[in-house]
Order: sequence, then structure tokens, then C-alpha cells
Amino acid sequence: MNPKAAPSGGDSPGGEGPLGRLAAERPIIVCCGSGGVGKTTTAAVLALAGARSGRDAVVVTIDPARRLANALGLDALSDTAHEIDRERWDPAGVAPAGGRLSALMLDTKSTFDHLVLKYSADPAQGARILENRFYRNISGFLSGTQEYMAMEKLHELHEEGGYELIVIDTPPTRNALDFLDAPARLTRLLDNKLFRLVMAPTRASFRMANLALQAFFRTVSKVIGTEVVEDLVLFFQAFEGMEDGFRERAQRVLALLNDPGTTFVLVTAPARDAVSEAGYFAGRLSGAGLGISGLVVNRIHPEFGVDRPVRRAAPNGDPEAVRQLEALYENLDDFAALSERERRHLEGLEASVGRVPVVRVPLLEVEVCDIESLTEVGRYLLAAASDGRAGGR
Amino acid sequence: MRAMELAEWCSSSRVIIVAGKGGVGKTTTAAALAVAAARAGRRALLIELDGKSGLGSMFGVDTTGGEVEAYPGVRVLPLAPDEALIEYLEGHGLRRMSKRLVGSGVLDIVATAVPGMKEILVLGKVKALQRAGAADVIVVDGPAAGHAVTFLLSPKGLLDAVRVGPVLTQAVEVSEMLADPDRAQVVLVTLPEETPVNETVETAEALVDRIGLTLGPLVVNGLYPDRALERLTTPEAVRAVAERAGVDGPVPDGEAEQLARAARFLVRRRALQEEQLGRLAERLDLPRVALPFLFSSDLGPGELEVLADALTAGVGALPVGA
Repeated sequence: MNPKAAPSGGDSPGGEGPLGRLAAERPIIVCCGSGGVGKTTTAAVLALAGARSGRDAVVVTIDPARRLANALGLDALSDTAHEIDRERWDPAGVAPAGGRLSALMLDTKSTFDHLVLKYSADPAQGARILENRFYRNISGFLSGTQEYMAMEKLHELHEEGGYELIVIDTPPTRNALDFLDAPARLTRLLDNKLFRLVMAPTRASFRMANLALQAFFRTVSKVIGTEVVEDLVLFFQAFEGMEDGFRERAQRVLALLNDPGTTFVLVTAPARDAVSEAGYFAGRLSGAGLGISGLVVNRIHPEFGVDRPVRRAAPNGDPEAVRQLEALYENLDDFAALSERERRHLEGLEASVGRVPVVRVPLLEVEVCDIESLTEVGRYLLAAASDGRAGGR
Repeated sequence: MRAMELAEWCSSSRVIIVAGKGGVGKTTTAAALAVAAARAGRRALLIELDGKSGLGSMFGVDTTGGEVEAYPGVRVLPLAPDEALIEYLEGHGLRRMSKRLVGSGVLDIVATAVPGMKEILVLGKVKALQRAGAADVIVVDGPAAGHAVTFLLSPKGLLDAVRVGPVLTQAVEVSEMLADPDRAQVVLVTLPEETPVNETVETAEALVDRIGLTLGPLVVNGLYPDRALERLTTPEAVRAVAERAGVDGPVPDGEAEQLARAARFLVRRRALQEEQLGRLAERLDLPRVALPFLFSSDLGPGELEVLADALTAGVGALPVGA
């Protein structure tokens, strides 16, 4: 990268654009979008901008690229936030004194463990759950758990961390917005008929229970074996009495997502798949009554000029030069066609997302892997909305 | 001769699971591979694991209604765990139970409690198709790279959790299929960029070491063309070459500038790609097939044919036995 191109560490801390304002003002920013569009980078840049504007900021990342993780001082999954040395994010020493930058790489399993221990009636119950084989599998691998725990971590940091700005990256799963359902997920599980049957304290309740439900049991046993069903029952029984705590917690997480201070930034790239996913996310968010404050379009190819030059025939010259000239024009034509296609995709997306500021970040010639390159991305990300539309929710 | 080799690879009802990080072109590669097989005279079955992969729009067909012919010789089959379970239970004389089991959400609980349950149902269905010789080649548009490991590890996880019953049998049979390169292989797709390269190396190691899978050639997607423009990245150089080519009159400044900047961009991006290809070669000992970056338009059947031909040529150029 070219160090001269990047502003010094403290230059225009929050930026003048809509995302710079979010980083300087909002308490919670949720970055969403499909995988591979630069969501983690966007989240890191926003937290960096928040810290440089003098706020106590934390970024929660999910599976960041290794070099970026190293740059943020994240060497392993962690359940707690880690403060980044001031010299690293403010080398010029110009950020206001209150500015702090912390980072955390979500550890789904230990976050889940923490939650279980918190809501268990006594340490013995907590230990029983943590030892259960199914629990161990669920907490590490179950799809949806990561989304749920990301939101759980957000809630925990909000309640207990004392941060002024929390920027959270969402998991790059196909259903990247599952986190909206995540808090309700365990509640639904706990509300299930089968669960209640299993939880029934006496054999009498078993007898009174619907015979068809018992038949379920037999069916399930036939397919996966009695042993598994027994483990399953033990698993549910271990959770006894914790439903209310979980349910209440889930409600509070949903309320936090709906809080006017919480805002969503949609991240995408100008490719058809990414754009159609982004349109879907926008629909899900607005369907859930959640406002989008910004649309970030990463990895845009450069445009080299407005008018496409007309190729002139050159029949008589040096054949090698003719071939080279042909290649030059072909190259320019290809990039012009590409830009046109990207523009078309984005117009469609902007129409479907509605009136939100759009920020465009070009395809950089560097890999975003350190504070300097994050700053470089920030030059675009925090700048004024490229289409000049004012907005926000 | 070259087409023969891809045709050989895509034969005997082999399952080819295509996996890669989000955004690298995994679905595109799966579709192109199926088209390449079809163009080599093979019947391809392309399996879509969830309805949002975009396979339908690529071919311009609707996959929501079930199996559909997407291209001459290519059928697309969407597979969902719930349906796979119903079909499986019905096949085991549990028809009456199956609908209720799924409809009541019990599957969700069981799948929650037994990790890998949903995956095994889907893989079990793939295995059944493989055994039945449903096509010459079965291409699975697999889950994203990180998830691919979880997905393909599911039979092993289940072998730990479930010790009896038909699900155990299923897990054993799927594991056998995955361990046999004649029956199943994984094709990893990546981009010549730092993060996808790192993730691909990790996924490759996990798939081989932990699951014992055989990896097919590595597909590197989105390579910019080599236009030999290294010396033509300044307006002066552009004007000089135009003059040598015999262009009538000087190239206007703005135009020379545009041509030079576009050339410079290509040259620089290509250099970055080369660097990543070097890292990939250093860290992963797998034969590679390159797919070109497509400037022109969005993926449709025509573009898939271009990529299919690139795959055919790439596979054909690999050493025999790769």
C-alpha cells in the first residue's frame, strides 16, 4: 500500500459521511451481509473510527481473516474483549483521550457455557448440562448457535461492558439473518410439546400425555436408538427450571435489536449473487421492523473514463503493435462493460433497499490486513455518501 | 483426448462435492462442472442443498418444484433434510410416522440434539442416488468451506453418538462412500486472494486428515487474462504503440490515459493474483485448474459453457491419475 495515500492516524476521526456519523454517535452497529463481501473489515473500520472519535469502542468479529485478527491482537477465540494498544490504532497520538479500541473474536461454545452457568439454579445443574454429550455437540456445532451467541454476546457487552460503541459482525452463514430468529430459537425448543412431555415430573403425567406423543418416542427410538433418546431426555431434564430465564433473556436481546440506538449496516459487493442476497437481507430486516442506516458496497471495479473510445482501424502498421493496441482497447472495453454491469446491479439494489445512504468502496490494490489498510478502507467507508442522498433512519 | 479425461472423471456415478468459501464461485463451478460433463456426453445430476444457491437463475429454470432439466444432460435436484427424512422413513416402513415426525418439529429437536442428523439425511440421499446410478456424475453444490468440514464430518460424529438403528447404518454407509475416491471426491474452489487461499488450505487439510476424503483438482476462479500489457501502462507507451500500429493521427490524451490506467489496473491485479497462486502452490500440493474472470455479463448458460470448456481443458491438461 502507499502510505502517502492514507491519512494519518487521527485524520478526520469519524469522517464526514453517514457511516462516520454512526460510528461517532450510535451505541450499537450490526453489520450484515453474505460471506466474502468485506463485512468483518467494515465492522473493524467502524469500530476504529469510533475509537478515533474519542469513544470507547469494541468490535465483535466472527472468524476474521488471520492477518486481520493478528492486526487486532486477536490470537485466539475469546470470550472476553481485548483492548488494542493505543499506539497501534492511533500512531499519531491525536485521538481524544476517551478513545479506546477493543476487539473480541466470538467463541460460540464458551459464550454458551457462560449463559448456561448464569441461568442454572445451582452449580451442579450447570455442570450436568456442560457435561451432557448433546449439549457439548450443540454448543460447538449446531447451526444457528453461532448466530444466537453473537446476539447473546452483544447483549452481554451492552449490559456489562460499559462500551460506548459496539460494532458486531454477523456470521457468514447462508441464512445470515438467522440471528434475528436466534433468540427465539431456544425458547421455541423449550416450548415444544415433546420437550414438555419429557420434562413431565412423574410417570402419571406420562400416562396422561397424548399417546401419539409416546408413539413419537418409539419412532424416534427406532430410527436413532433408545440410547440416544435417553441422552436426549437427560439433556432436557438437565435444563429443568431454566426455561424462564432463557425466555426472558431472549426477549431482552430482541428488545435490544429493536432499540432505536441499534442500527444495521448492510454490506455487499457488486456481483449478482451478493446483490440478490443483500436485497433479501434488506427485506428481512425491514420485515422485522429494523432500520438500515447504510449500504456499503465493497470491491467495486474502477471506472477509467466516462466515454468509451472508438477503436480506429490500423491495418498498415507493425503487426505486433497492432496486436498490442487491440489488447489495450479490449482491456478497456472489458472493464467498462464490467463497470456498467456493476452499476446496473447496484441500481437495482438501491431501489429495493430504499432511501439509505450508499457508500462505495473500490477494489483496493492491497489486502486489508492491518490498521493502515483499515484506515485506507476508512477513507472511502467514512466519506460522504456517494450518491449524495441524505438519510438514515 | 482432453474431453475424454473429464469424461472419465465424471463417470461411474461418481459424487463430486464442490466446496468453497462464500463468494468464490462454488455454485458457478458446480454448475460449470455439470455442463462440462454433459458436453462430454455424460448425464449429470446437480444437487442443490438449499434453495437459495442461485443454480436456478444461472440456468434460467425454476428449481422450487423439485428435479428439473436445466441444460441438455444436466438435471438439477434440490435436496432438503425434511424431505430426505420423510423419504427415508417411508423406505423403512415408517410412512405413517414420517409426516408427523417432521410436521411437529420433532425432527428439529432430534437434529438439534443429534448433530449431523440433518447432514446425514442429505448425504444418505446422495449415497442412495450414487448407488442407484442416478447419473454418470453427481455434482453436489456443497456448503461453504468452513461448513463443508462440519457437513462431511457428520457421519463420523454420528458414529460416536448413535450406536444402533438405521441411522447408524446410514452413517456407516455414507462414511464408506466418502472414503472411496471412485465413489466420492471433493473439489475445492478458491479465488487467488489471501483470505480464500488461507481458508482453502485449512479446509483441504481438515477434509483429508479428519475425514479421509480424496480431493479432486483445486479450482482457482476469477483469473484475469494475461494480455501482455506490462509495458503499456503509461500514456506515452500507449501513444507510441498506436503510432507503430499505423493509427491515423495521435491518440487523444484522455484516451491514452484511460487505456494506460486500465492496463495498469490489470497488470497490478494480475501480479497480486500471481502472488497468491504462488502461496497456494507452496502450501497445497494439488493439481490446479484455472477459470477465467468473466467481464462480459452475468452467468447464464452461455457463460457456463465458457467455464465448462475451461474446466474440460484444465482437467485434460492434468497429469493422468491426478
